[in-house]
Amino acid sequence: MGDAMDVDNPRNPSFDMVNHANNASANASANTSKDKFTRYEESDATSDSDDSESWISNFCSQPGYDYFATVYEDFIEDDFNLTGLGALVPYYKDSMELILDIEPEEPTNLPNMNNIEQSAELLYGLIHARFIVTRQGLEFMARKYECKHFGVCPRTFCEGTSLLPTGRHDLPGYESVRLYCPCCGDLYVPPNSRYHHIDGAFFGTSFVGLFLQMFPDVLKECEPRRGKSFQLTLFGFKINEKSKAGPRMKWLRDVPANQEELEVDDPKDDANLTKLNDNSDNNSAMSISVHK
Amino acid sequence: MTAPEEYGSGSDYSEEYWVDWFLGAKGNEYFCDVEQDFILDRFNLTGLQSEVEHFQLALDLITDELDLEEFSEDHRYVLDESARKLYGLIHARFILSPRGLQKMLEKYKNSDFGRCPRLHCNLHPLLPIGIYEKQGQGTVKLYCSKCEELYNPKSIRHSNIDGAYFGANFPAMLMQTFANIIPAKPKEIYVPKIFGFKIHEQAKLARWKEKKRSEMEVRLSKDD
Repeated sequence: MGDAMDVDNPRNPSFDMVNHANNASANASANTSKDKFTRYEESDATSDSDDSESWISNFCSQPGYDYFATVYEDFIEDDFNLTGLGALVPYYKDSMELILDIEPEEPTNLPNMNNIEQSAELLYGLIHARFIVTRQGLEFMARKYECKHFGVCPRTFCEGTSLLPTGRHDLPGYESVRLYCPCCGDLYVPPNSRYHHIDGAFFGTSFVGLFLQMFPDVLKECEPRRGKSFQLTLFGFKINEKSKAGPRMKWLRDVPANQEELEVDDPKDDANLTKLNDNSDNNSAMSISVHK
Repeated sequence: MTAPEEYGSGSDYSEEYWVDWFLGAKGNEYFCDVEQDFILDRFNLTGLQSEVEHFQLALDLITDELDLEEFSEDHRYVLDESARKLYGLIHARFILSPRGLQKMLEKYKNSDFGRCPRLHCNLHPLLPIGIYEKQGQGTVKLYCSKCEELYNPKSIRHSNIDGAYFGANFPAMLMQTFANIIPAKPKEIYVPKIFGFKIHEQAKLARWKEKKRSEMEVRLSKDD
């Protein structure tokens, strides 16, 4: 179950095939993991000098960048999709030329090249966040989701549910990418540290929500795995809730037995909650906050 | 970590203590060092004779009483398997004893078992647990005392360890013994949003969970 999370695990080849299909340089040997690794090394060492591949497919096939979808060039070329990005990205024009593999009119001096590459990464990430909430982007990500390119849920009872990348901020520079499990509805930190420098804004806050709306089957498939939770026992006996070491997190994994139970918004239930509120003494640690 | 991973791959093997070699091998980072006195006390081994083949030879191997050079290659392999199994089963018993709990507490504090992957648990250290007490029924899982969940080990070399070598009682026993390590429980629930708006179904479920938690807190405060 944990194999997709393993550091040494070769990535599923199909994603690379998608990359290759774009520039029609796919060959059968790219399917073997050995070839893939040599290709990774090459892309590391020679960065952009490889003419046979576009910058985008090169970027996405770097190790640690395999969460990214390859944004279609038509999407990038449409200026409407780039509204406002000029203000966020330094060296905007140069990085755009780099992404689209346009030869710059005047050769850039070398010290600047590093900055431009960083900017290009930022720009591509921000375009990516916009692309994956479009229909094409969502479909692209759905293929990656099915191939478990984002890893599987580490939680035992989720039984290897595929994860979705997400960010908690839409502006870059706040937090790295997080993974959302549609089965337990929780956020996880990517297991491999090579994903820890990828900005969460490159995936954005809305992607997961839209993905679940667009593909409702994802949630339906998780249905049978829901509600299973773990209870700590000592020599076969459950630990009482009143014990200091007793269970305190059952609410997190519980699922309502029926739809009616879900309607907390009912005025009747509201009254119940206020009653509960009154009952809880002035213990500040036990204060109840009801989100409306 | 530098010790040979496979048995018989070097002459260093015979010069080292078996237990040291075992603990140094890659993939055995979860195990703690079972004290010699504990292994030598026959009372602690009650019932293990029927669980492990070549029990006596395996025990001799663990306690360095056995010279493996006398055996053929095939026999050595079989004996090594038995010794690992026996050590694991003794380990499951040892970590419930006061000395063992103390040793595992140290390992827990060093996060030797990894950290909780759940975002809201803030990298809380994990504890190893077997869902089943009997060997061969399930591999080791990791328990987070913060979110009270089970997780699969990240790496394959850990996810193949038999859960019986840690037992189902260890985390509960540790929590009962060292009540001060029980962490404060997280309350956050993640609700996915689209362009800043919560999704109705998901938000409703989150409110329901919130209500369940409030009810639990009321129950707990009443009983004081």
